[in-house]
Amino acid sequence: MVVTLFEALDYAFFQRALLGGLLTAVATGMLGVFVVQRGLAYLGNGLAHASFGGLALGALIASLTSAQGILREPLWIALPFTLAVAAAIAYVRDRTRLSSDTAIGVFFAVSVALGILFLSLIPPDDNVIDVWHLLFGSILAVGPRELVFIAVMAAMTVAVLTATWGRLAYATFDEELAQSDGVRVRRLEYGLFLLAAVVVVVSAQVVGIILLAAYLIIPAASARLLSTSLLQMTVLAVVFGVATTVIGLFTSYLADVPSGAAIVLLQAALFAVAALISRRP
Amino acid sequence: MTLQKGDAVILDDITLSLERARFLAIIGPNGAGKSSLVKILLGIDHPTQGSVAVLGSPPGHHAKRAAYVPQLKTFDRSFPATAIQLVVSGERQAWPARTTAREREQALEALTEVGAEHLADRPLARLSGGELQRTYLARALVRKPELVVLDEPATGVDFMAEHDLNHLLEAYQDKTQATVVMVTHDLAAARHHATDVLVLNRTVVGFGEPERALSDECLRRAYGHVGHAHSGFVAW
Repeated sequence: MVVTLFEALDYAFFQRALLGGLLTAVATGMLGVFVVQRGLAYLGNGLAHASFGGLALGALIASLTSAQGILREPLWIALPFTLAVAAAIAYVRDRTRLSSDTAIGVFFAVSVALGILFLSLIPPDDNVIDVWHLLFGSILAVGPRELVFIAVMAAMTVAVLTATWGRLAYATFDEELAQSDGVRVRRLEYGLFLLAAVVVVVSAQVVGIILLAAYLIIPAASARLLSTSLLQMTVLAVVFGVATTVIGLFTSYLADVPSGAAIVLLQAALFAVAALISRRP
Repeated sequence: MTLQKGDAVILDDITLSLERARFLAIIGPNGAGKSSLVKILLGIDHPTQGSVAVLGSPPGHHAKRAAYVPQLKTFDRSFPATAIQLVVSGERQAWPARTTAREREQALEALTEVGAEHLADRPLARLSGGELQRTYLARALVRKPELVVLDEPATGVDFMAEHDLNHLLEAYQDKTQATVVMVTHDLAAARHHATDVLVLNRTVVGFGEPERALSDECLRRAYGHVGHAHSGFVAW
């Protein structure tokens, strides 16, 4: 079995999958801490589905314009599309009496409906996008170009969250306390929504839209159960995400099961263990 | 100074000034605008008309010279943190990823000042209301503020904790000549501890020394009838 594992590492596609998965786990783990502590689990899910609409639109435009090379990438449309949805959710929540989960619910449904419509308009013989991969992830199909996108996204997430961590954590603990110390909480929150949109769109290509929310939530939630500080929670969330990605990927290779499902089920198992360990006497 | 939200007038034409080193108690019925006034003093909210100066500057201008003790009911118990991390956040004005030896020392000093040094490494989720209140007070005092603003700090804690809080505040004031502004529902505490009392009901109903501001007349105008605000008041 060990030999088989080393064999796997010889394949370029497997190396890319491993690296792409690791970078995704780092970005979603760090972001997930704030998603979980701010009660934004539904936002992660909503943005993932918004990115479905965006990726479908990107694919349709690429197909209609017969774009070639890097221009054919649906990401170029999906990114601004999802950013716009994130900004719209934040705006509706701030300016109307609707709660954010209601705002998310509306945009969620509209984006999925648009996505289905756009996909139906793409000629069936055009292979610009694989719906199955879009929904369920295609970590083993991560190409060199996707890997670059993922690396840029991960670097950006680590840089932004490291630079704002003290203020963001303060505002997450208590908005008013942070405001009384001059932290611009509204601006930070918009920034967090936009960062979440970028992470979600790029990661959707790796883990798939349906399982993306798991990456954002389960490692951070498991870490929360075992942590006494936010820093510890952040480190553990990243470690859990990375560990489950590596083990899940090898498991899927050896057992020939879908990688996204294997990773998420491992994360769920880890969560169950964390819940048992942290159970109060 | 006036504060409006949409069509609603939250605070209407408030004019008052408070000398340094005083202890102001703000009382008034629910919805009187007490918390809104506190938010304006801290620079969290801004008046729609008029102007406010705190310690000689616009509110929030010297954030570190003022300290805020919020209502405990806003506290998020699911946040992973220990008491000492909360105290250090008061010193650093940001959430600490890790605390330095010097920050820890100062935070322990502040916790000792409020008799809570034994709570330093306890998770916030395991603190009682009174313990949490002391931790929040230490968080405020660690920065050695010239102004301490408290919004109903005693809500949800027992009588002894409330009693201790008022004494701790007085001790800090004696030592530093700081100004204290406290929203409270406890008329007895306002009478005993405050040098000035503001009776608020969207506008200034009474302001001045406790005897004058807490007259039956003022309270009737603020609450509708005397004794409604706090059962302890009738006994007094």
